Amino acid sequence: MIRLAFTIIAGILLGGVVHLVSVLALPRIATQDAYSRLTPITTLNAVIQLPAADPANTLMPYLDPALAVAVCRYDLSGGPLKLTVPVSQAYTSVSFYTRNELAYYAINDRSAGKKVIELDLMTEAQHSDLPEDEEITAADRLIIDSPSTTGLIVIKALAPEPGLMPQAQATLAASSCSTQVDQPPAKQAEAPRGKR
Amino acid sequence: MRLLFVALVALALAAAVGLGSTWMTTTRGTELGTLTIGAWTARPRTGTVDIDPYSRATITRNGELPIGTGDGIAFSATTDDRKKPLDGRCDVVVSGVTPAARFWTLSLYDNKGRLVANTLQRYGFTSQEIVRGADGGFEIRVASRSRAGNWLPTGGIERYSLMLRLYDTPVGVATRTKRDAPMPQIATVGCP
Repeated sequence: MIRLAFTIIAGILLGGVVHLVSVLALPRIATQDAYSRLTPITTLNAVIQLPAADPANTLMPYLDPALAVAVCRYDLSGGPLKLTVPVSQAYTSVSFYTRNELAYYAINDRSAGKKVIELDLMTEAQHSDLPEDEEITAADRLIIDSPSTTGLIVIKALAPEPGLMPQAQATLAASSCSTQVDQPPAKQAEAPRGKR
Repeated sequence: MRLLFVALVALALAAAVGLGSTWMTTTRGTELGTLTIGAWTARPRTGTVDIDPYSRATITRNGELPIGTGDGIAFSATTDDRKKPLDGRCDVVVSGVTPAARFWTLSLYDNKGRLVANTLQRYGFTSQEIVRGADGGFEIRVASRSRAGNWLPTGGIERYSLMLRLYDTPVGVATRTKRDAPMPQIATVGCP
């Protein structure tokens, strides 16, 4: 009898450990997460529009039918990424997710405060490699540090009425995300800086 | 021999208890970090890096992308104000005011998170297209048959959920009570 009770208690205690481990491991082992679902229909470092949210669209659950959504699946191993999103008339937002769907940054058109949202996305290592030059780190250049090398940028434009959906989609079609072509020169020798 | 048997039983029990509770918490959700106002529930921390492990597991398992905090917040409701589950065959009225936000959208989903097909292709409302009363309040009728005013069709499905998303809003992690975020009422007004 004591043996049976001991077995049950040990089983439940071990079960608690299994539960904690499985909850913590799930984000890493899930095969049907949003990133995996978006991988077949997106290309790397390019803005791809998602199909409109309707009952036939089973890409992701809980899509907002009033939004036009585009995704840029990024990989920063080739260098920092430059993102340009023109602002639509109603509401435009850009959200950043890591490979494991951790929302680490989001900005909307009003907080960007301009007609075009322009962002530079880079890893922390690439950010610290930037030359500390005033021309480059000017105030109008917004730099975001990505905690992971790969991830998702989700661009949303709101269509306040169904008839305005083409306009929202046009906003997304005009946005771009690409690896920076004109790489800022890496940290140069300290000699020129001493003259200032 | 007997010890081996006991150990096997304990391990089998551990696997059943552990994985079973993980399955339960990721399908039903937990009360961790939730903000409940009336029938509406939100998880403000899912859009930040401070997300709790249970919400993270749920999100990756279901393949969702949570709304980032700088973007907005999503409130969902599966029952009316009297805790009666939302039934697509009944008439449900969503009325009142919404918290301060630049835009909001209200949409209807089945219990798997898909939109519900209807001939009108009406899956939700935005704050701009809604018909309002003279005082600025609104009334949305969620019903299977057509209704006057703001009609949101249910397609006659048995269980559904409503999701109210606020975009560009001060409502978020710091919100605690109804006074900060007055949410609309949900009332079942008639069942056939």
